[in-house]
Amino acid sequence: MMKGSQQQQQRPLLIPSPRTPGKEELPYTPVNASIDASIPVSSMPVKPYSDSQIEMSGDFVRNPSSQSIQSKSSSGYSIKEVSFREGSDVIVNPVVRYGSSGSNPGRYGSRGASSGGFGSSYKEIKDEDARLVYVNDPVRTNEKRFRFAGNSIRTSKYSFLTFLPRNLFEQFHRIAYIYFLVIAILNQLPQLAVFGRGASVLPLALVLFVTAVKDAYEDFRRHRSDRIENNRVASVLLNGEFGDKKWKDICVGEVVKISGNQTLPCDMVLLSTSDATGVSYVQTTNLDGESNLKTRYAKQETQAKASLLGEIGGLLIKCEKPNRNVYGFQANMEIDGKRISLGPSNIILRGCELKNTDWVIGVVVYAGKETKAMLNNAGAPSKRSRLEKHMNKEIIILSLFLVALCTVVSLSHGVWLRRHREELYLMQFYRKYDYSEPEVEKYEYYGLGMEIFFVFLMSVIVFQVMIPISLYISVELVRIGQAYFMIRDDRMFDKSTNSRFQCRALNINEDLGQIKYVFSDKTGTLTENKMEFQCASVGGVDYDNGKAISTEDGQTGYSVQVDGMVLRPKMTVKVDQDLLHLSKMKHTDEGKHLCDFLVALAACNTIVPLTVETSDSAVNLIEYQGESPDEQALVYAAASYGFMLVERSSGHIVIDIQGERPRFNVLGLHEFDSDRKRMSVIIGCPDQTVKVFVKGADTTMFKVIDKSLNLNMVKATESHLHAYSSKGLRTLVIGMREMSTSEFEQWQSSYDSASTALMGRANLLRKVANNVENNLRLLGASGIEDKLQQGVPEAIESLRTAGIKVWVLTGDKQETAISIGYSSKLLTSKMTQIVINNNSKDSCRKSLDDALQLYKKLSNVSNSNDAGHVAGTNQLALIIDGTSLVYILETELEEKLFELSSKCTAVLCCRVAPLQKAGIVALIKNRTDDMTLAIGDGANDVSMIQKADVGIGISGQEGRQAVMASDFSMGQFRFLVPLLLIHGHWNYQRISYMILYNFYRNVVLVFVLFWYVLFTGFTLTTAITDWSSMLYSIIYTSLPTIVVGILDKDLGRSTLLKYPQLYGAGQRGESYNGKLFWYTILDTLWQSITAFFIPLIAYWDSTVGVSALGDLWILAIVILVNVHLAMDVVRWYTITHIAVWGSILATFICVMVIDAWPFLPGYWAFFMIAKTKLFWVCLLGIVVAGLVPRFVVKVFVQHCKPSDIQIARVAEKFGHLQGDAETEMNPIFDLPQRTATT
Amino acid sequence: MNSSTPSSSAAGAGSADSTAPRRNSKRPKYSRFTQQELPACKPILTPKWVIGTFLLVSVIFIPIGVVSLFASRDVVEIVDRYETDCIPEALRNDKVGFIQSDRSKTCQRTLRVPKDMKQPIYVYYQLDNFYQNHRRYVKSRSDQQLRNNGSLQDTGPCKPEDNVAGGPIVPCGLIAWSLFNDTYGFTRNNQQLNVSKRGISWKSDREHKFGKNVFPRNFQNGTLKGGATLDPDVALSDQEDLIVWMRTAALPTFRKLYGKIEVDLQRDEIINVTLQNNYNTYSFSGKKKLVLSTTSWLGGKNDFVGIAYLTVGGLCFFLALVFLLIYLIKPRQLGDPSYLSWNRNPSGH
Repeated sequence: MMKGSQQQQQRPLLIPSPRTPGKEELPYTPVNASIDASIPVSSMPVKPYSDSQIEMSGDFVRNPSSQSIQSKSSSGYSIKEVSFREGSDVIVNPVVRYGSSGSNPGRYGSRGASSGGFGSSYKEIKDEDARLVYVNDPVRTNEKRFRFAGNSIRTSKYSFLTFLPRNLFEQFHRIAYIYFLVIAILNQLPQLAVFGRGASVLPLALVLFVTAVKDAYEDFRRHRSDRIENNRVASVLLNGEFGDKKWKDICVGEVVKISGNQTLPCDMVLLSTSDATGVSYVQTTNLDGESNLKTRYAKQETQAKASLLGEIGGLLIKCEKPNRNVYGFQANMEIDGKRISLGPSNIILRGCELKNTDWVIGVVVYAGKETKAMLNNAGAPSKRSRLEKHMNKEIIILSLFLVALCTVVSLSHGVWLRRHREELYLMQFYRKYDYSEPEVEKYEYYGLGMEIFFVFLMSVIVFQVMIPISLYISVELVRIGQAYFMIRDDRMFDKSTNSRFQCRALNINEDLGQIKYVFSDKTGTLTENKMEFQCASVGGVDYDNGKAISTEDGQTGYSVQVDGMVLRPKMTVKVDQDLLHLSKMKHTDEGKHLCDFLVALAACNTIVPLTVETSDSAVNLIEYQGESPDEQALVYAAASYGFMLVERSSGHIVIDIQGERPRFNVLGLHEFDSDRKRMSVIIGCPDQTVKVFVKGADTTMFKVIDKSLNLNMVKATESHLHAYSSKGLRTLVIGMREMSTSEFEQWQSSYDSASTALMGRANLLRKVANNVENNLRLLGASGIEDKLQQGVPEAIESLRTAGIKVWVLTGDKQETAISIGYSSKLLTSKMTQIVINNNSKDSCRKSLDDALQLYKKLSNVSNSNDAGHVAGTNQLALIIDGTSLVYILETELEEKLFELSSKCTAVLCCRVAPLQKAGIVALIKNRTDDMTLAIGDGANDVSMIQKADVGIGISGQEGRQAVMASDFSMGQFRFLVPLLLIHGHWNYQRISYMILYNFYRNVVLVFVLFWYVLFTGFTLTTAITDWSSMLYSIIYTSLPTIVVGILDKDLGRSTLLKYPQLYGAGQRGESYNGKLFWYTILDTLWQSITAFFIPLIAYWDSTVGVSALGDLWILAIVILVNVHLAMDVVRWYTITHIAVWGSILATFICVMVIDAWPFLPGYWAFFMIAKTKLFWVCLLGIVVAGLVPRFVVKVFVQHCKPSDIQIARVAEKFGHLQGDAETEMNPIFDLPQRTATT
Repeated sequence: MNSSTPSSSAAGAGSADSTAPRRNSKRPKYSRFTQQELPACKPILTPKWVIGTFLLVSVIFIPIGVVSLFASRDVVEIVDRYETDCIPEALRNDKVGFIQSDRSKTCQRTLRVPKDMKQPIYVYYQLDNFYQNHRRYVKSRSDQQLRNNGSLQDTGPCKPEDNVAGGPIVPCGLIAWSLFNDTYGFTRNNQQLNVSKRGISWKSDREHKFGKNVFPRNFQNGTLKGGATLDPDVALSDQEDLIVWMRTAALPTFRKLYGKIEVDLQRDEIINVTLQNNYNTYSFSGKKKLVLSTTSWLGGKNDFVGIAYLTVGGLCFFLALVFLLIYLIKPRQLGDPSYLSWNRNPSGH
C-alpha cells in the first residue's frame, strides 16, 4: 500500500471528478503544476480515465459490517454504531471507468460521494447545533460567542489552590463521611461534648488526610503527564508557513501539518495528504485498541487546494457540536460556494497515529477537552456488589439498634432525673444549680425534655461505632488488595495478546463468587475470532482437507518471487491436495471454475495487503489487513492456492496467479449490509470482461443464484453447506456472473446517480446492488473454522459443575451455534434439545407451552424412577433464535420463557441482536436474585455487559468497546474458571467474613459502652478513654481484619479447581446471610457481657477507679476481638501473625502511652492496675469465657454438620486431595511446571 | 524459603530469562506472594486438638479458681453500715435537715472482729448510690490546675464550682467540692488504734498529678458547702484524702481507702469507732459503710473470680468429655472427600 501511494506521487495525476465519472479520456493535469481550481468540479462532464482506475470503497478498512455474512449480529450493532453502519451502506464509489489497463496514473476519485453518504440521507446540520470553523482563520473561528476550547488538556482534577476545597467536596460525597462529620460536629457542641474535641475529629481527619494524599499524588502524576502532553510540538500554519507550535496553543480553525508516525494533537478534518489522491492511514490503538490501519481521506477539492498553502483560507466548515461518538462525524464544507459534505472518513482524531503516510494537512475542528478522545475518557462504570446491598440491610438493622440503645439510655436518664428531681439541687454529683454567684441560677439544666434529647444525641456520639464506618474503608482497602492479586495472577495472563487481567471496577470483587448465570458471546469469546479456512465446496465437489498436507511442518506454503524477493503470506493455510492440483489445470472446465472461485476469494473483499520485512532480507511476508477476519481467512486461503493478492491500490488489485500478475480493476463495490447479507465487487478483468463477484450468507445467496444453470451442483453445494455448518464452520456462498457492456453501462449510470443522490442514498445504492446481484452462477462455498479458544470446553464443564448456568448468545445462525455448542461441551448428546424457531407470537406461545409440557413429562418420568440418579440424563437444552425472541421478550411470554429457561441446563440463543442480548440478561436479572455475569468481546456485547451484574470484556481481536464497558477484562474465556472458582470464591469468603467480623467488633464495643452507661446514671460516661475508643477501629483492631481479608484462603487453588461444586457456597450465600448476622449478634452479646460483667463483678465493692477499669475493658475487648479473629483464620502467614498479635501489642502500648500523660485524669491507671493479679486473671477469664460458646459451636458444627468447605479443608490438609489435582488444571492453565502450593 | 523449593527456583530462572527477550511482556512477575502461594500454617480442629484445648483450659482454670476462692475466703472483712444508725432516732424523718444542721454529728459504733486479722488492715469508707462516675461529676475537675501553680485560672470544666468572689477555687470542680468528710477514730480496749493516713494514695499521683506547690484557695468558701475543707497550708500533693477522692470510682458503689491499721487484730476483739457523721448522703438516699478488711494476692473479699474460674474450668472439662463421647460414638474419617455433599447425594444439586 505504502509502495503504491509513493509511486503514485510521481505519476501525473488526474483531476478528480467525484460525482460523474465519465468514460472517455480526461485531460489530466499534474497537480503540482497548476491545478485549475476553477473547474467546476461537480459539473465536469468527464470521462476522466484513460485507464481503468477504480474507486475503492471509501471506508473499507474501518467497516466491521463488511465482515460479511456471519458477522456477529444480524441487525445492527450497538446503538453507538448505528450511524456508522448507515454510512457503510453507501460507501461504494462510482468513479471508475474501465478500459485499457495501461499505465496507471493512480487516482482516487473524490471521496465525496462515499463520505458524504454517511447518514443515509443528506442531513442538514442545524445552525444552532453547528460549530463553524473558518479554515486557517482561528481568530474569526474563535471570535466572541464561539469560544471553543483550546487544545491544552487537563486530565488533572485539581490545581494548587482548588485542591483542598474540591477534594474535600468530593470526599464528602460519600455518605459515610457525612456521618462522620455530623457526629464530629455534634460533639463540638458544648452541651454534647462527650469526647474530647481532638479525639472526636481524629478518625475523620485521618481518613480525609489519607485519601487526600492519595488523590494529590494521583493528580500530581496527571499534572505531569498533562504537562508533557501539552508541551509537545506540532507544525502549524502561521502566516503562510508551517512553524512549530506547542500542542496547548493550537486552536480551532488552525491548519496543522502532521508527519508520518506522529500522534494527532486534536481532531482535524483532513485537507490534504501526501498521497495525491488524498488517502492516509491512521492507527487508532490509543482510541479503541484496534491496531489495524484505517483509511482516511482528504476531499479531492481540498486536496488540490491545500497543496497551495495560500489558498486554504476561505473555506468554511460547519460541523456538529463535539460529541463522544468516535465513529460518527457530520459536517459540510463550503468550498467555492459549493457545499460538500464530510463524514467520519474525513476526520482524524486526537490520539491516533499517522501511518504509512508522509504527511497530512488538516484543519482543527475540535481541540483539547472537546476532542472525541477526551470526551470518551470516562471512568469505569460503577456498580454495587450484592454483598454490599445486603450489608446495607444489616446496617439498617444496626442503625435501629443504635436508635434503640440511644432511646433506652435517654429515656432511662429521663426517668432517673424525674425520680431524683427533688434531690438534684444538693446532690454532690449533679448540682442542678450554680450557687457561686449571689443569684442562684440553673446550671446546665435545660428541663427534662431537653435533657432527654441531649442525652439521646450524646449517646449517638458515644455509640457511633455501631455503624461500622471503618468497615467501608477497610472493605475498599481489601478490594484493592484482592484486585492486586487478581491482576497479578499468572494464571490469568494471556500470552497471545500479552494482556493481564484488569479490574476496571473495584467494588464488585466479591460478586465474582456468587455468579449463577454466565451469558457468553460466542465469536471472539468462546472462539478466537481467528478464522481459519477449512474446506471448500467448488462446483459441487467437497474439498474438505481430507488429504490435507499440513504446511506447518517445514513446508512454507505458497510463495512468489518478485524482484528477487520472496513474498510469502504471513499465515499458512492447510491445503487440500486435490484442490491444489486442480487449481493448476486451468484449461479444464473445472479448473476454470476453480480459478473463478479463487479469484473471487482474493478479490471480493476489502483486504489490504501489507508487506512486512522479515529477518531474512530476501523474504518478505505479506500480511492481509482488514476488518473482517473471515475475509482475511479467505484471502490467505486463496494465496495458498496460488492466488495471492499482492497489491491493492485505489482502483485496482494485483493478484499473483501462480507466477503471473494480472491486474484487475475494481470498478465498483457494494458493501455488505444486513438486509442483503452479501457483498459484491465489480471487476474489470485483464481479458476485458467485467465480472460481478458476490459472496454472502447462504440464505440470501441462494435467492439470487440462477439454479437452472446447474441444479445438481446447487443441490450438492447446499448439502455441503449443511454439513459444514453442522461441523461448526462459518459458511459463505460465492457466486459470480459476467456483465455485458450495456449492462455494465446501465449499472454504472444508476450507480453514479445513486451515489451522488442527496436523499436516500443508502436505499438507492442497495437497490442498485440488488439489481446487479442476481442470476449468479454458483461458484462454490467456503467453510471457515471459527476456532474455539483454548480450554473453552473444559472451562464450560467446570463452570457447569460449579452450578453456573452458561448461556451462549450469538449472532450466528442456528446450525453454527449448535455445533459450537457441541464442540464447547455446552450441549451434550444426553440433553434433550428444545428448539424454538418461530415467526409469530402465537407459535412462540405454543412452542413454549409444548416445551414446558415436555419438561413436566420428563421430570415425571424421572420422579417415577428413583429420584436419585436420573438427574443427569434428562437435562434440557433450549435453543432459541432472535426472531422468536422478538415476540417473546417484553411481552407476557417472557414469564414462560423464564420458567422454561430456568429448567434448562444449557441455553443457546442464536441470531440475536445486541439489544436482545441485554434483554435476555434482564429476563433473568429481573426475576431472580441470582447473580449474572456477561462476557463478550465486541461492541455488540456492550449492552449486555453493562446490564449484567458483572460484565467481563475479552480484550481480544475486536476492539475495545467491550473492555471499556466492562468491570473486568481478560484475555481468554477460560480465565473465567480461575476468576470465578478461585478468586471469586476467595473474594466472597473473605469479604463476607470481613463484614460479619466488622459488625461484631464494633458492636461488641458499643455493647460494653452501653452496659457501662447503665451503671452511671445513664449519663454516658465512658470508662474507656476517648482516645482508646477512637483508636479502637483505627489501630487496635483494623489491621488484622484487613490482612485476613486480603490474604486468608479458606481452600487452596487446586482443591477449588478439583471440586468446582465448592463454588456453590457463594451462590447460596452461605458465608453471609441474615441468619449468620443474627448468630453473630448473639455471639457479640455474649462476648460483650463477659467482657463487661466479669470485671464489674470482680471489682464490685472495691476501690477501683474509672480509668483503671476502662483500661481493663478496652484491653479485654481488643484481645477478645483479635483472638476471635485468630480462631477463624484458616491460613496463618507470617504477616497474619504480625497483624493479629501485633495489634494486641500495639493496644497495650497505646494504652500505656495514653496513661502516661499526667494531665489526663487516667494518669498511671494502667500501670497501677496491671500490678494487681486480679487484672490478669480477669483478662484471661474474659477471653476464655467469651470464646467458649463460639468455639463449642464451631467444633460441633464442624464435626456433626460440616459444610463442604470444611470437609474439603480437612481433606486438603490430610492429603486425600493432592496428587491428581494438578493434572486436572492443565487444559485451563498452560502454565509451565509449577507446583500448586496451597 | 525462596531458593529452597524447586518451584520458586524454576520461576526465578523464568523471570531471569524473561528480562532480555520479552521486555515488553506484561506477564506479572512471579512471586509466591503475588500468586498467593506463601507458605502457611493451616491449623485444623482435629479431635485431638479440641479435647486437648478443653482439657488445657480446665487444667489451668480449676486450680486458679480454687486458689482464688481460698484467697477470697482468707480475707477478713468487717462492714458496718452506719448512715441511719448515726442519726438520733427522733430525727430520722428529716435526715437531710439533721445533716445540714450544726448539731453534734459524733457517733459511736462497736465492731467485733470475726477472725484474726493480720496487718495491714485497710480502713475503707464505702458509699452506695454515689455516682462518682456521673458524667457531669467526672468532668468537673481541672487537672491542669491540680498540677501546676501557674494554672490557677484553669477552671474551665469546673463549673459551677469554679470561682467564688475571691477568685478561682483551688482545687476546683464538683469532685473536690464534694470531698468526703466523715472521720473515724478507733479504740481497742480503750486504747487508741492508730490509723495511718500516709501512703493511701498513688505515688504517681502525689508526684506528678498533684502539685507540690499548689495550695488550696477559696476552698469551700462558697455559699454551699459540699464536704471536707482543706488546710490551705498543705500542698495538694500532701492532701492524700483529696488525692484518693479525686480518683473517681468506676461504679456507683465504691470504696475509698481511709487509712491503714498497722497492727494485728485478734478474733472477737471489740473495736470502738468514734465517727463524725458529716457527709450528706441523705439527699440521694446513699448508704455509708465503714469497712475494715485485710487483702489477699487477689484483692479484697470477692468469691466471684474463684467461682467463675471453677465454673469455666469445670464446663471445659465437661465439654472435653462430651466431645470425646461424640468422637467415639460418631467418628468421621478426617479428610474423606466422600463426605462432600455432592458425593453423598449425587443428584442433590
